Amino acid sequence: MSGLANEPSTRGDVSEKSPSTVEESVQTGPTKGVRTPSGLRLDIRLTILIGVLAALCAVGYILSPETFLGESNISIMLRLAAAIGVVSVGMTFVIISGGIDLSVGSMVALASVWMTTLATQEYGLFVMVICALAVGLGAGLINGVLISYGKVVPFIATLAMYASARGLAERLSGRQTQTVSEQGFLEFFRGDVLGIPVLIWMLALVFAVGWVVLNRTTFGRRTFAVGGNAEAARLAGINVRLHTALVYGIAGLCCGIAAIMVVARTTSGSSTNGMFYELDAIAAVVIGGTLLSGGRGTLIGTLIGVLIFTVVNSIFTQNNLDTATQNIAKGVIIVAAVLLQTASARTRKTAKT
Amino acid sequence: MSEPGDVLLTMSGIVKTFPGVRALDGVDLEVRAGEVHCLLGQNGAGKSTLIKVLAGAHQPDEGVITWRGEPATLGSPVAALKMGVATMYQELDLVEGLSVAENIFLGHEPATFGFTNRRSANNQTRKLMARLGHPEIPPSREVGLLSAAGQQLVSMARALVHDARLIVMDEPTAALAADEVDNLFRVVEDLTDDGVAVVYISHRLEEIRRIGDRVTVLKDGRTVGTNMPADTPTSELVNLMSGRQVETVFPHRDVSTVDEDNELLRVENLSRGGEFEHVSFTVRAGEIVGIAGLVGAGRSEVLETVYGARKSDTGSVWVNGKRLKPGSVMAAVAAGIGLAPEERKSQGLLLDQSVANNVTLASLPEYSRLGFTDQRRELKDSRATLERLDLRPADPRREVRTLSGGNQQKAVVARWLVRGTKVLLLDEPTRGVDVGARAELYRLIHELAATGVAVLLVSSEVPEVLGLSDRVLVMREGRVLTEAPAGELTEAAILDMVMEGSEVMA
Repeated sequence: MSGLANEPSTRGDVSEKSPSTVEESVQTGPTKGVRTPSGLRLDIRLTILIGVLAALCAVGYILSPETFLGESNISIMLRLAAAIGVVSVGMTFVIISGGIDLSVGSMVALASVWMTTLATQEYGLFVMVICALAVGLGAGLINGVLISYGKVVPFIATLAMYASARGLAERLSGRQTQTVSEQGFLEFFRGDVLGIPVLIWMLALVFAVGWVVLNRTTFGRRTFAVGGNAEAARLAGINVRLHTALVYGIAGLCCGIAAIMVVARTTSGSSTNGMFYELDAIAAVVIGGTLLSGGRGTLIGTLIGVLIFTVVNSIFTQNNLDTATQNIAKGVIIVAAVLLQTASARTRKTAKT
Repeated sequence: MSEPGDVLLTMSGIVKTFPGVRALDGVDLEVRAGEVHCLLGQNGAGKSTLIKVLAGAHQPDEGVITWRGEPATLGSPVAALKMGVATMYQELDLVEGLSVAENIFLGHEPATFGFTNRRSANNQTRKLMARLGHPEIPPSREVGLLSAAGQQLVSMARALVHDARLIVMDEPTAALAADEVDNLFRVVEDLTDDGVAVVYISHRLEEIRRIGDRVTVLKDGRTVGTNMPADTPTSELVNLMSGRQVETVFPHRDVSTVDEDNELLRVENLSRGGEFEHVSFTVRAGEIVGIAGLVGAGRSEVLETVYGARKSDTGSVWVNGKRLKPGSVMAAVAAGIGLAPEERKSQGLLLDQSVANNVTLASLPEYSRLGFTDQRRELKDSRATLERLDLRPADPRREVRTLSGGNQQKAVVARWLVRGTKVLLLDEPTRGVDVGARAELYRLIHELAATGVAVLLVSSEVPEVLGLSDRVLVMREGRVLTEAPAGELTEAAILDMVMEGSEVMA
């Protein structure tokens, strides 16, 4: 990942030291980069990921040349990717901070149900939106407080939320699908702005805000610090517990946003929404090059990871292939991504004197 | 079996390059059976790379290795071990949850039809531990429960069980107290009497004088002096290592920098169960106070409790006249205390991140506006601080991992400098730092004091405490035995106090 260390700084700022070429090569490792003539550093792994995405698009185009790259198919693909993409943004924060969140799918389900109860719908569009955000944020913060102040291992705390949030969603909905009758909500979230669907705008916005927070704010810096070395962060005076709790809050908030998107797409809320989102999100984050051990990662990588899965999905549905094969393909992609990651970690280790 | 004095291993013209770095650039080394061959050199001189070549973990690009006169290749760690070369790394590679015997036989457990033969392993372990002078360590004891010295013995037993003819020891005394060092040296002497050769890496010249037979000095990946007698004068060794004249290691200090009336840190009657009790002292602006004592005397614990990383049971800490909330690092940092922790890598640094990110870690609010980081100013201030501290290379974008130990320590100090910290706690500031870089750190600590910083220093090396400090606290078993100006104490007096338990009670 190149995120923090060298994105803004390398631009045009060629080191004053004369043997800079030597130093560059020492510090590379996973940041192994190439300097383009414009001075922008391209992460090699990111380049590979973009290449994979392009290759998959090419495959899709060859298999169904009329439709695959058509405007409607791209729009369909992105709308399907939108909710999982937003969830993956929150997941990226959690994983960079050294944690894991298994409860994202259940939180999406809970928020989608809570915002579509008859009682909530009565209050109209804004209350529905705020309800979803509050439910997501609240559930996320419960995760965070359990983990940071209750000292429960993230895997266990979010596993508990995974079970109980979906249970609560079932209880609230009576396992019934709750149709949205609030027209204002449907009109806005199913509509277009400047010819682009609102869902895609939301995806773009969440990624943009997430990128800025992660790479340009002290909050993002602390997220990397907590995940890279929590003890060093603590001894530098950073409130590691509070920060950890907030990171899980962000993940929950993203689930709230994703719930709004799912409800808009399916025009209903259901306790079965968000099934397997945790697996898809973790897979996208890992494919994107974020280390599961924390301290390193990029949102750009996560975005490409999400898009790769979306394109694979689309190729399979367009060609009427079964989902079993699709799942096998996904598994192969995950393994290939992790192998790539360990291979670059190895080059990094040997480069150490 | 080789006789003592026979040449066991030779390395000549060893070259090892990594992308962009020539880590070894022509190393020659000759080790004879039964000798303790010391390897000296600054951090970054290539010692660790050479150790890894010896261990079979790195393959040299050029050069010839012979073993008992025959050309040899150390193709892998297993091959090296089979040939008879065992390596004890500084950070011991033991499995803490397994027993002593299980660790010693890890990977080659005596077994019948796949079932481990615990009795045989335990018996052999008992013999090995007796040979190493510690028959009281039971084979079934969990390694994680042993002291650092005990774990080192297990590591050594593991080398012996492979019938190693050459044992590489990388700073084996770094984590040991004085009596444990004595035991280690006795074991080393026993081994060499049996014809085992030891390649001994240490930054402590007095150890090399005590047990070394010959010395090889590395600099910039090259052998600059080899097969020198262990009693080669210090100045000559230091000159070879650094390439520059080191007159005195401790710079002259002008005590008048102490501001008598400006008491920045006051510690009153601080106690923490089982660790230390009734510790009281003060540090004034511009003053350096050192805490001497053996490992386990409670020195680091006092430092961490002052800093809030541990919570005191009783007593109070005052900074600049204000009482600190106990057990809160954030309160301590906000009040102007900074800590350079004992374990630089695991407690101090974000190794994968840039120097700049590490330097500003404790001052993020100062380097941000409305939560957004001001990266331009971060880089500018970091670079200025790196230049002030003479941290090389002064490139704030470089990953901290790639810096040498001394420069990593400077990065930690830089973190508190950019924050304008007034009370600096230094825990073993020169651990794992080579002689040349040590002198620089000493100079730096004096300069900080001269600018009015109150420094509280913990070091296992008595001369360091004496040479650097204005006042010295001597601790033993959690108690402050004495407090005196450094000028009134001698190394012998302090050693006598911490080891023999003199009657001088504070």
